[in-house]
Amino acid sequence: MKKKFICIICPNGCEIEVKYSEGEIEKISGNLCEKGLDYVKKELFSPERGLTSSVNLKNGLLPLVSVKASKPIPKEKIFALMDEIADIEVKAPVKIGDIIVKDILGTGADIMATKNVDRKGNFLYQKKEN
Amino acid sequence: MIEREIDIAIIGGGPAGLSAAIAAKKSGIDNILLIERSESLGGILNQCIHEGFGIEIFKEALTGPEYMQRFIDKVEQLKIPCMLNSMVLDINKKKDIIVCSPEGLIKVNAKAIVLAMGCRERTRGNICIPGTRPSGVYTAGCAQNLINLKNYMVGKRVVILGSGDIGLIMARRLKLEGAEVLAVVEILPYSSGLPRNVVQCLEDYDIPLYLGHTVVNIRGRKRVEEVVIAKVDEKWRPIKGTEKRIECDTLLLSVGLIPENELSKMAGISLDSVTYGSRVNENLETNVKGIFACGNVLHVHDLVDYVTLEAELAGNSAADFVRGELRNESNIKVTAGNGVRYVLPHLISGKNDAKFSLRVMCPDRNRKIVVRDGKKILKKIPKMRVNPSEMIQFNIKKEYLEDVKELTIEIE
Repeated sequence: MKKKFICIICPNGCEIEVKYSEGEIEKISGNLCEKGLDYVKKELFSPERGLTSSVNLKNGLLPLVSVKASKPIPKEKIFALMDEIADIEVKAPVKIGDIIVKDILGTGADIMATKNVDRKGNFLYQKKEN
Repeated sequence: MIEREIDIAIIGGGPAGLSAAIAAKKSGIDNILLIERSESLGGILNQCIHEGFGIEIFKEALTGPEYMQRFIDKVEQLKIPCMLNSMVLDINKKKDIIVCSPEGLIKVNAKAIVLAMGCRERTRGNICIPGTRPSGVYTAGCAQNLINLKNYMVGKRVVILGSGDIGLIMARRLKLEGAEVLAVVEILPYSSGLPRNVVQCLEDYDIPLYLGHTVVNIRGRKRVEEVVIAKVDEKWRPIKGTEKRIECDTLLLSVGLIPENELSKMAGISLDSVTYGSRVNENLETNVKGIFACGNVLHVHDLVDYVTLEAELAGNSAADFVRGELRNESNIKVTAGNGVRYVLPHLISGKNDAKFSLRVMCPDRNRKIVVRDGKKILKKIPKMRVNPSEMIQFNIKKEYLEDVKELTIEIE
């Protein structure tokens, strides 16, 4: 099988062409460095992605709090994870780094908050003004 | 009207304003005021919940809110006064600032001003798409705000015009939230977003990218019912007979950003016709002494890290100005030559190491950035790959700049 990639590891953006079979790269061309090979290997045989989204927030200044998976997850699990967090509701206040779901779907990744959101009617910054 | 005397006023509390305020305070100026229009600091980063911020500065890929919080924490730690819910209505050459705030109208007289108002999105009106005027046409950033901050889903079947980074990020976001993204349509023959976003936002989700196409009609009575796309020729004119109808309920526009310079114009600041930002010297000072500009109000950036670094320089320059230590000897003109869309700063002194930011006209491989004074070539910097979506920054040591009269920077 043949496939073309644009390496996204660095700004050089090498256009890489590979010939591969089950679990093995037979021929690779176009990559300027070893990182390109690693990138293609990973993309072909066990692609992973970071995931960011948001979950419902009760009594918060915002109706949502943004979240992320603490480490990259297998690409094919993205939609399963999205379903898993769709109905979650957490209570304000929330702080960056708060763990919302531990080891989600056995991926080893935690879903954690990426924003500080205070309770409604508790204007964090305005109080400290001047 | 309440009147206040301030050493440095910073207009805008996004990444540029935060960084400028921190730099100014750290360099010893205490009487600072940061003025922010919305109810919280952080600007656009509040809604940029995706990852990829801070790779240059922190060597990790943070989300927008995480990146901004590091600077907000610093601002609080340094006890920098911030006025929230406060909109600047007017500034003038004397550096009087009229602010509409919850306490009423305030007149701030500042010794120095840092402009950090950011940019706004181009809209349907800016690009004149024909058709009816139904609901369901959003700018991409507006849709991002609604989805990520207001918990409001903008549509079910979506077409996106423009393949800039916001458009690509929104394609993925909508897909993850359950919408169908039917097409991303780009008038140029290449995507105007970062390659990693094309791969991870479109290819990952099998979202088709129509290059060399544009939206030629929007149809629908109350709500968008369909858009018509067509191929364009080299002059961006739609080609008859190539039209294709796409049934959808939503059209997102990611068709460029314009620096928000209405206030700058009021103060008599001269603007660049390419960047729509102010013309600045190596201290990021505008033609009005004591007024500085940084971040997206100066020129639209692709990476927030560069905004932060640029704003530090503006904050430091403003602090030097207040202390009377800012030397303004910038009289060497810097011009964009062949293949370069724009280069900043517009003027340098030649007495310090100079840092330049530029964008190229079109994507290419194996090119050189050439810096020359007339016919004399001062420096050549090889570039494996150049792309209009990626701002290029480079430094030139002052040794190279002795006796230089005028600088031209071009692509070879």
